[in-house]
Amino acid sequence: MTTLVVAEHESGALRQATFNVVAAAKAIGNDITVLVAGQGAGEVAAAAGNIDGVSKVLHADDEAYAQEIAENLSALIVSIAGNFSHILFAATAAGKNVMPRVAALLNVDGISDITSVVSVDTFIRPIYAGNAMATVKSQDTTKVITVRTTSFDPANESGGSAAVETVAGAGASDLVAFIGEELSQSDRPELTSADIVVSGGRGMQNGDNFAMLDEIAAKLNAAVGASRAAVDSGFVPNEYQVGQTGKVVAPNLYIAVGISGAIQHLAGMKDSKVIVAINKDEEAPIFQVADYGLVADLFEALPELSKALDG
Amino acid sequence: MKILVGVKRVLDYNVKARVNADKTGIELANVKMSMNPFDEIAVEEALRIKEAGNADEVIAISIGPSQSQETIRTALAMGADRGILIETDELLQPLAVAKLFQQLVEKEKPGLVILGKQAIDGDNNQTGQMLSALTGMAQATFASKVEIDGQSAKVTREVDAGLESIKITLPAILTTDLRLNEPRYAKLPNIMKAKKKPLETVPVADTGVDISSKLSVIEVNEPEQRKAGVIVSSVAELVEKLRNEAKVI
Repeated sequence: MTTLVVAEHESGALRQATFNVVAAAKAIGNDITVLVAGQGAGEVAAAAGNIDGVSKVLHADDEAYAQEIAENLSALIVSIAGNFSHILFAATAAGKNVMPRVAALLNVDGISDITSVVSVDTFIRPIYAGNAMATVKSQDTTKVITVRTTSFDPANESGGSAAVETVAGAGASDLVAFIGEELSQSDRPELTSADIVVSGGRGMQNGDNFAMLDEIAAKLNAAVGASRAAVDSGFVPNEYQVGQTGKVVAPNLYIAVGISGAIQHLAGMKDSKVIVAINKDEEAPIFQVADYGLVADLFEALPELSKALDG
Repeated sequence: MKILVGVKRVLDYNVKARVNADKTGIELANVKMSMNPFDEIAVEEALRIKEAGNADEVIAISIGPSQSQETIRTALAMGADRGILIETDELLQPLAVAKLFQQLVEKEKPGLVILGKQAIDGDNNQTGQMLSALTGMAQATFASKVEIDGQSAKVTREVDAGLESIKITLPAILTTDLRLNEPRYAKLPNIMKAKKKPLETVPVADTGVDISSKLSVIEVNEPEQRKAGVIVSSVAELVEKLRNEAKVI
């Protein structure tokens, strides 16, 4: 029995999420093979072989994998799927895009966003925005899964010495063409892997006021996030969104500013180690999950906080 | 061209989900049910494409219990032309739903199928991708902008690091993300008119589609609750606690 972990990488390096998925694979307990599909991603394949617990790396080097085109990547995975009992992806935008295709092509049910491995065929996953946890058992021959990365501590980047084998590409779809991308420019750490996240909600009133959060984030080396309400109101782009329909984060410190704490938002941050809430409404539900609550007008509290961090 | 839109009846997003007494699922008796929010965005997008002259007919499809007719009527009141309900009381997995949609795609031959990126009950985020894989039609998930151009479409997608654009050949499957549009409210006269629009109901058994699943829910539990902490009286106290008690800054 072998588990296949589908690696994610960019700019010649593995994404952090891949290490979390390897950790989930270790919890399942089988031998672990990592698939690195890309164009000119030989260094990434070598790095995957160094991950603690990995026993083999499959490397597909083809123009078809230069971008994450779901059609192309799913065809490749299906072409090698017969060798694996489990196929694991990170529950990222890329993983969510591909995993269900692989499941459907193998005629098995997909299992989304697992937070815990109970046994080789039984997993726990959140439903209803994390208001309930479902224990599910799969009797499919191949278990096709996305992993909630914040639920598994990353595997060590070193300690492994797996051989890299080359696998052939499986063709490219002519129905889809990549045009381009517009990535957010930020000097801040990435939201899902930052140690500290400072998030703003509707209480921020407008996008310009997010500069106050940026200032604090810069002093804490934190990422900036937002509630769905702030995204819906057009204050910040969608990639800031933390919650059921956005990103799931679990930093050491999460500072929620002007966020009421709708269940959809809590779903994305309630596994943070320490939660701070700053809100002028003392009845706001965010205070029920906060370790430290400050009932205050954020327009007074934020400048004060910024100053205090200098001291 | 025709557009098929999926509309799922789910627990209203403002209602807190509670695990039922026998721990098999969520308590759904006597609670408010609504159209899945991402599906409202899907209906709106289909209507806008039709209003721009790029489609002739919008068909709203639901798969679920007979009460899902209300969800379809909501889509019809927004402006969809007709509805189809595949009726079942079983809780289907995304693969079974995708297979039922595949059959409808073969019958209706749409130029576009628009689905929500996820339903807010199961939070699976699978059906659109599965339907694309099963039909061989192109896939554009998490769409925040759709521009139809004859036999193709340019789709801007929400990805983790920002936005990505792809060009897809029609027919294709789209799934909606939050910022794609702001769904309209159905106006009263349209709600009245919607009652007269055609709505076909097909029992799931009559489709002949295999909806069996090897994935079973063993148990559903409440998540671990966080305990509320302390209320601090000032920014200075907050910073002091974060530095010396929690030691996180």
